[in-house]
Amino acid sequence: MAQPVEVGDKDFEQRVLQSALPVLVDFWAPWCGPCRMVAPIVAELAGEYEGRVDFTKLNVDDNPRVAATYGIRSIPTLLIFKGGKPVRQVVGFQPKAQLKKHLEEALV
Amino acid sequence: MNTDYEVLIVGGGPAGLAAGLYSARARRRTLLLERGIHGGQIATAGPVENYPGFPDGIEGPELAERMLQQAIKFGMEIEYAPVSGIKLEGGLKVLSTDYGEYPAPAVILAGGSDYIKLGVPGEAELTGKGVSYCATCDGAFFKDQEVAVVGGGNSALDEGLFLTKFVSRLTVIHRRDQLRAEKILQERAFAHPKVRFIWDTAAEEVLGRDQVTGLRLRNLKTGLRSDLPCQGLFVYIGHRPNTVYLKDLVELDEQGFIITDAVMGTGVAGLYAAGDIRHDSARQLATAAGDGVTAAIEAEHYLTELAARQGGLTPKALAPGR
Repeated sequence: MAQPVEVGDKDFEQRVLQSALPVLVDFWAPWCGPCRMVAPIVAELAGEYEGRVDFTKLNVDDNPRVAATYGIRSIPTLLIFKGGKPVRQVVGFQPKAQLKKHLEEALV
Repeated sequence: MNTDYEVLIVGGGPAGLAAGLYSARARRRTLLLERGIHGGQIATAGPVENYPGFPDGIEGPELAERMLQQAIKFGMEIEYAPVSGIKLEGGLKVLSTDYGEYPAPAVILAGGSDYIKLGVPGEAELTGKGVSYCATCDGAFFKDQEVAVVGGGNSALDEGLFLTKFVSRLTVIHRRDQLRAEKILQERAFAHPKVRFIWDTAAEEVLGRDQVTGLRLRNLKTGLRSDLPCQGLFVYIGHRPNTVYLKDLVELDEQGFIITDAVMGTGVAGLYAAGDIRHDSARQLATAAGDGVTAAIEAEHYLTELAARQGGLTPKALAPGR
């Protein structure tokens, strides 16, 4: 099953902004409790949306440049990119059904 | 889907997990339904210092995980689904979720409460852009910045003191001229060089376009307005229960909390409420756990009596080996 791929400051441009597929980026940090709980849901969705959406995760401690570029000041934050542009932002923990709704709307 | 449960628990915070532990140990087939993260409010808390047995404190998410594993170890099951309705059918209570209906003779409502938002202009627009409800999640983004906390209870001070690890200055804004928080937290906050208080004051608007730049304040005694420059705002002004779907079934107080008797009964036989969702709750981790235990014991009594009335044929007796 597809698992979210680690991305960072170095490869963000290539892996996210230049991706042919829409990309979900899970902004997280090891010290963030809710992030740990979002991660398994994001991993499940990565399996369900394999081939339609690329799933990635970005550690905001190690990659401050990308986090700052998108003004991330709350985690977990999920950003969905299409054609190099963020089209949807989900802040805080949300149940799986809600996340699917965001994905479906972003895919339209 | 397994629909053969004896005890259903709504909500996986400390109340629900404690209830689950006791019901599972009573060998009742027990399912806990959680809408989001198990652990409830402690899932996003920092170090927990006031739960007995942990003299050095314990991280909220770790305690949540341990409570869950302890209940699962004894046989409790958990599914992640928000409960949106309840109805009575014969002796059964039927819970509806996005993923189907779950019937059981005994139900423990432990859904806790959600934080209350300020409800002022700018708050929703700037959530995630400087407005936050979780210091442990977001505090690190405010290193060397000026941050405000609105509220005067334990959460406001607890989370505020946590924020002092990062921020250059913390301003606590409170509607009254004294705090509700525990005295030990007040002492720490008053003594902290980074913390200052603005009393008798409400936040009227969150300022900023793409990021929070300040707060518009109003002194409730003088009516005078002022702007407080800050880059972050953390809101801790209390909680509201998620009980709208229960209003036709059980008695609620004006704020929507469930009124129970001393042993968690709601007035509907076999239906209990535990933890922060209750009107009388002290809204503490230990009291929530205690409520959950009481509710589970009462549910056990109810199931035993029910079985006796039905001639000893309990669902358990019909399904040996579980």
